Amino acid sequence: MTDVVETETRISQPRPDGLRGFASDWASDQRTFKNVSWGKAMMWIFLLSDTFVFGCFLLAYMSARMSTTVPWPNPSEVFALNIGGTEVPLILIAIMTFVLISSSGTMAMAVNFGYRRDRRKTALLMLLTAFFGATFVGMQAFEWTKLISEGVRPWGNPWGAPQFGSTFFMITGFHGTHVTIGVIFLLIIARKVWRGDFDTEKRGFFTSRKGHYEIVEITGLYWHFVDLVWVFIFAFFYLW
Amino acid sequence: MTQQATQPAAQTDHQEHPIKLYLVVWGMLFVLSLFSYMVDYVGLHGYLRWSLILLFMILKAGLIVAIFMHMAWERLALIYAIILPPLLVLVFVAMMVSESHYVLLSRMTFFGTGP
Repeated sequence: MTDVVETETRISQPRPDGLRGFASDWASDQRTFKNVSWGKAMMWIFLLSDTFVFGCFLLAYMSARMSTTVPWPNPSEVFALNIGGTEVPLILIAIMTFVLISSSGTMAMAVNFGYRRDRRKTALLMLLTAFFGATFVGMQAFEWTKLISEGVRPWGNPWGAPQFGSTFFMITGFHGTHVTIGVIFLLIIARKVWRGDFDTEKRGFFTSRKGHYEIVEITGLYWHFVDLVWVFIFAFFYLW
Repeated sequence: MTQQATQPAAQTDHQEHPIKLYLVVWGMLFVLSLFSYMVDYVGLHGYLRWSLILLFMILKAGLIVAIFMHMAWERLALIYAIILPPLLVLVFVAMMVSESHYVLLSRMTFFGTGP
């Protein structure tokens, strides 16, 4: 937070940093988030609400697991894969984690190249991110197929507490939906970047607003959030 | 900073960081993920397992939010608005832990599945 240069039309005085800045931003007229556009602020607020949705899912899972008298199935064994005759615990989930983290890395670089107005690299990195996302969803589909064929249902499973199935399908299903929406979002924005919409400030087809490279960062915020949620699911559902 | 000239009266300023920063964070996230996987692979149990899982989880989440989502360079007004409310979920966690204990006790008392 070294430079507080504003390109805002009227206000040009520097803003205080730290707690004083926090207080004056929140106490000021008109807008609280001084150097954040409405698009970015609204994406952050949406992500905050989504945090509560996933928070409630994980809480429901915690309550189910803590209050059941039947032993919880051991995820380390449930999600093990047989590779070359040996059972490797959680290996598919680990690979999915690495794939999603890689997609976050490519997305962060796409945002960076977007602000440098490097159209080609931005679009390619976004496409790579979308590819990683699609790979993740594909592996999740494989995992679901495997578990369903082994007899896991929302109302029961062969290994223990029946709530295992419902929480598993609910949490990973909702996360997978988020990843899928993110891939679609990425493909739409990558196409616009590729076409040069943000260099020519072409107006959006739905909103009629001029396009800016900032939308790449907003897409990135959503994508990183999907990765962030997976960090928590990985820790609490798969590793705990 | 060439885009300053071409940026058409943008309302926002944004940060530019060297690509190396993202590669370093990416590498750190990889290593942290590997560590949390090793917790399961090695087969640690009990409080050591849980505290390690939580430690790696918080470090990963912090890196993603701070660097990848650029939260480290935002003004405090936004940081507090986004980071503080989820912390209140911890109150909900405390409530549900207490509730779960009560449900478990009731189940063992009235459904005869207890020891």
